[in-house]
Amino acid sequence: MSEPVAHRTVVFDESPRVHHLLDRENVLGPVMLAPLLVYLVALVGVPLVLVFVYAFSDASTGSPTYSFVGLSTFQRTIADETFRTALRNTIVFTILSQVVVIVLATILGFVMTANFRGKWIVRFLVLLPWTTPIALSALAWLWMLDSLFSPFNWILGQLHVVAEGTPVAWLGENTLAVGSVVALQAWRTMPLAAVILMAGLTSIPPELNEQAAIDGAGFWRRLFDITFPLLTPIMMVAILFGIVATFTDMAAVYILTHGGPGDATQVLASWSFYTGIESGSLADGAAIGVFMFPVLLGVCLLMLRRARRAEVL
Amino acid sequence: MAEVEVRDIRKAFGGVPAVDGVNLVCHDGEYLVLLGPSGCGKTTLLRMIAGLEHPTEGDILIGGHSVRGLPPRARKIAMVFQSYALYPHKTVEHNISFPLEAQGMTKEERATRVRWAAGLLGIESLLQRKPRQLSGGERQRVALARALVREPQVFLLDEPLSNLDAKLRASARLELKQFQQRLAASTIYVTHDQVEAMGLGDRIAVLNLGRLQQIGTPDEIYHRPANTFVATFVGSPPMNLVPRDGRLVGFRPENVRLSTDGQRLEGASFACHVIRIENLGSDRYVYLRVKGDEGDTNVIAKLAVAEQLPVKADEDAQLSVEQRHLSYFDQKTGGRIAA
Repeated sequence: MSEPVAHRTVVFDESPRVHHLLDRENVLGPVMLAPLLVYLVALVGVPLVLVFVYAFSDASTGSPTYSFVGLSTFQRTIADETFRTALRNTIVFTILSQVVVIVLATILGFVMTANFRGKWIVRFLVLLPWTTPIALSALAWLWMLDSLFSPFNWILGQLHVVAEGTPVAWLGENTLAVGSVVALQAWRTMPLAAVILMAGLTSIPPELNEQAAIDGAGFWRRLFDITFPLLTPIMMVAILFGIVATFTDMAAVYILTHGGPGDATQVLASWSFYTGIESGSLADGAAIGVFMFPVLLGVCLLMLRRARRAEVL
Repeated sequence: MAEVEVRDIRKAFGGVPAVDGVNLVCHDGEYLVLLGPSGCGKTTLLRMIAGLEHPTEGDILIGGHSVRGLPPRARKIAMVFQSYALYPHKTVEHNISFPLEAQGMTKEERATRVRWAAGLLGIESLLQRKPRQLSGGERQRVALARALVREPQVFLLDEPLSNLDAKLRASARLELKQFQQRLAASTIYVTHDQVEAMGLGDRIAVLNLGRLQQIGTPDEIYHRPANTFVATFVGSPPMNLVPRDGRLVGFRPENVRLSTDGQRLEGASFACHVIRIENLGSDRYVYLRVKGDEGDTNVIAKLAVAEQLPVKADEDAQLSVEQRHLSYFDQKTGGRIAA
């Protein structure tokens, strides 16, 4: 009794069943989440587990063998002078660049929320570093910090701050190299912070500042007593994002200084890379990387707590 | 307390006038209500008095002195915003004491003043709470306490009841009026709600399209509207306007008498047809169509349910209004004209 009519009934019957299945949240939810989960597990989860596995081993790129060695890799790492410099640098660079970022990004946030002609040009220019690929911007920075062709040197020469013909070695002198790396890191993370702070500023109802003005508060009082306290939660988000981005960043060091001069600008990420990949000692490289873990875990917990508190509010 | 005078004030945003040559005076201790539909310029006018907007033209005087060049803090005014604008990160106590801190008052003096203001508004028990832990009515009281604590010359209130539910609004209106009477403070109150305006105002200034339409007591505004805008904006249902003899005859729905026996009162009479009768509990709305030379006009009559209704739906009737309840308006300009 397989008449065409009966077939058609079956075909029509299936379509609603599929729809019905996708209407169920316990089916649709996992289906939508699956691609992200696969991506996270493959590119974040697996490498993270591997780092811990390698850190407790004697693995190297030159040998296919693997044996568990306990904490001895960590002991070697801690005893290493360069590691200690890299750890200190990572913390110092992160703090310095984030201080610079928060001060400048707050100012930029105010500028971008102010009403003036050509506001969109300012917003565009602020966002530009964020949209530029790191390879391109790094080349520009390398040129700007070059000891011979640096435009900074030319400007300083013209202003007679330095004598012409005695160029400043921006990347060749310890303090200047540190300054250069911090400047590049700050430059890269500033747009995101500025946009976050701009959003924070626009979310403060204008009546609050108007009310404060009527209540007798002048500019500075309004800034410190009304605007900043209300901006603090969102500023924390910007700082936490900045810490994660800077603490794990090796691009700035890799491109500008390769950790030099000496190890003056070595950071954990770059030292982990040079040790584990370039020198082939996977175990040591992994152990260095593991030292970033507690800080990042702490920052992540803070972020989650902030997010939950924002939900409660 | 002080008198507030607005002289020929104008404000344009990008060439579009928001307030267009308004003159008015709020006398010492008076409760003046600025009433008008959304976008009529009432809030802009209030903000100019507060110093939050700079007038394009004209002058504002508080206590006889021009305040045009003064920042908000130097005008000795207090303002309550529609949203109350409580500082969300400060406790109620710090919200109320904020204006005093800016004045450089000592901690002890501030505490005394905060207790006094909180006592006046019955919010002593809320002092340690944050604004988000308060109900709408409590927030309004905190905002009033903060306004009060500086002992300003003038209170400016921008629709402070609009965030409250209908039940609370009625009691808050009474409290607001008693509060103002106790302080005898000059108060300028902005609202689009005519019931609030009629209930609160010593005088009402009706605004439309940035212009002052009429200023007067609630009774004057209601019974002797200066033009057809005021006649139809104030009152619910609005004043009926029927064209007759080249002018508009205006009368309130509650002044209509209906009959089917051709009985006429001294005043105006119109032949009409009953379209529909709505029973609203205490009142009945009778929807009528008045036949005229220039076409038919819809008219609403409001009759108490307690009265016997002399007409039925879908029958012809006679509509009469006593002479003393009639207003006349120019058909072209809409302005009030003599009988």
